[in-house]
Amino acid sequence: MLRFILSRIGVLVPTFVGVAIVAFAFIRLLPGDPIILMSGERGISEERYAQLQAMLGYDRPLPVQFWDYLTGLLQGDFGNSIVTNRPVLEEFMTLFPATIELSLVAITLAVLIGIPAGILAAIKRGSWFDQVTMGAALTGYSMPIFWWGLLLIIFFSGYLQWTPVSGRMSLMFYFDQPTGFMLIDSLLSGQEGAFKSAVSHLILPGVVLATIPLAVIARQTRSAMLEVLGEDYVRTARAKGLSAFRVVSVHALRNALIPVVTTIGLQIGVLMAGAILTETIFSWPGIGKWMVDSVYRRDYPVVQGGLILIALVVMIVNLIVDVLYGLINPRVRTR
Amino acid sequence: MSHVEADEAREGIGAGIEDRKAKVSPRRQMLKEFWYYFSENKGAVVGLYVFIAIILIAIFAPVLAPYDATAQNRGALLVPPVWADNGSWAYILGTDAVGRDMLSRLIYGARYSLTIGLVVVTLAVTVGISVGLIAGYVRGWVDIVIMRLMDIILAFPSLLLALVLVAVLGPGLLNAMIAIALVLQPHFVRLTRASVMAEKQREYVTAARVVGASPLRLMVVTILPNCLGPLIVQATLSFSSAILDAAALGFLGLGAQPPTPEWGTMLADAQEFVLRAWWVVTFPGLAILITVLAINLVGDGLRDALDPKMKRS
Repeated sequence: MLRFILSRIGVLVPTFVGVAIVAFAFIRLLPGDPIILMSGERGISEERYAQLQAMLGYDRPLPVQFWDYLTGLLQGDFGNSIVTNRPVLEEFMTLFPATIELSLVAITLAVLIGIPAGILAAIKRGSWFDQVTMGAALTGYSMPIFWWGLLLIIFFSGYLQWTPVSGRMSLMFYFDQPTGFMLIDSLLSGQEGAFKSAVSHLILPGVVLATIPLAVIARQTRSAMLEVLGEDYVRTARAKGLSAFRVVSVHALRNALIPVVTTIGLQIGVLMAGAILTETIFSWPGIGKWMVDSVYRRDYPVVQGGLILIALVVMIVNLIVDVLYGLINPRVRTR
Repeated sequence: MSHVEADEAREGIGAGIEDRKAKVSPRRQMLKEFWYYFSENKGAVVGLYVFIAIILIAIFAPVLAPYDATAQNRGALLVPPVWADNGSWAYILGTDAVGRDMLSRLIYGARYSLTIGLVVVTLAVTVGISVGLIAGYVRGWVDIVIMRLMDIILAFPSLLLALVLVAVLGPGLLNAMIAIALVLQPHFVRLTRASVMAEKQREYVTAARVVGASPLRLMVVTILPNCLGPLIVQATLSFSSAILDAAALGFLGLGAQPPTPEWGTMLADAQEFVLRAWWVVTFPGLAILITVLAINLVGDGLRDALDPKMKRS
């Protein structure tokens, strides 16, 4: 098992260096001077140009710049934002809990609804439940989620006035945030209504972000379940006279869930891409909105650093999923 | 379509020749068989009809659209659709904030979405298949370098990578299409490589090599046609992802630029009217959803018809 984990990490290291090269190359090698680009239409004075060039190290040879950047990365130095002057890593760490909270809510919704729906659809294959669920899943899978978010805002925030339009917490409340997770912090604060406010802010973005993973998980669960239900050992279990519930929940489900676990793991990339859109629509102060804002502001050190950090998160989660997959499915390890 | 030839290969080259001669046309037979399995899936057939309708709308946009897509009418700002209060038959789906006819913009928008899908898929497929063929056929360090590169591209969430690429290349529809094609092509590389590696071991490939086929001929003429099934399915799915991603980039202000009637860009303009004029928000998104859903339905049907594993179940 250890060898399996180590070999996976071995693949990760060159990929990470590659990711750093790509992020670096985007900003430095593509046509256009990044400093001129960053300064936008207003132009830039010559002194300021020279100052920025020296500050960002752009006056030195490219390989030297890249080496410095890479060694800096390994020491946790992702450069400073040009707009706020704060370290990129620090900004990332401040905003990351908001994205984790949103993503966890989304993936929990997706798993809690998607897996049972997929199982039921597989058991009742061809029934109206199966057809409606799979129709809904395909619609969810085809959904432009930024539009879906706007529709929910129109209905729940505009028409029914149930939920707020944006942000994580009503301005009425103010408290320390030791964990960065609004659901936990609002409970810890002991202020009446704070938790409710946190939930009402979280529910719409959570639903929007959950839409595509939910659809994918439901479809994947159904097809994995159908495949397993056709296997000989399931027929044997049925022939032994076991109850239908036991056959499904004990014999079939365990094996059907193996590919589903991989699917859930793969959703992390989908969640990160979805976070960009969801956070922008709901003004959710997470890393997705941070990346989009930095792109608008041409804050290239942030774009570069953020790109690497997000790729790193995705890579680490995928590694964990791979290891988990090895744990539940011993056949993979020996390969 | 591929399994007929694959079966033949399994039995040994030429085993089916007698049969083949007897039939009128094997191509027609294959097409018939394909349609048989495809039409089993009712959703796929509906999706296909809707998709054809969208193509026709795109082609005949100038005939169908009642107004010019960018013509502004200062006298008719934010007119609601015909069935709502204050709606008018002059603007069936209402007008936007500068008095442009929604219906006409949606009709012209179909042209953009289909073009985006077509261009992106063509780019991603040609590059992806060529690179994948080389990786799977040549193997060795070439393969390792290519696959590492693909891993790197796949390590980024696709929309994020496209977003940053477009930001650096400059906002616009063409750059958006290039960026999306780049993030979609690793899937084609992986798929092609995997099928090439599997097919390469088959006897019919060895036979072709013994006869003296060149590597290029082996790759393109002998092996590739037998890997097409999964690639066609992937291309369909990529078509819909391309439309979705381009709309997302347009929505973020980095894809097609106003006043282009691209559906995502229309939504970006409409965002500030979310609580005042529901129709400027609802219709462009609905157009995206219907188009993408139709294509995905077709994709599901294609998978049923082309994947021999699904066929047996």
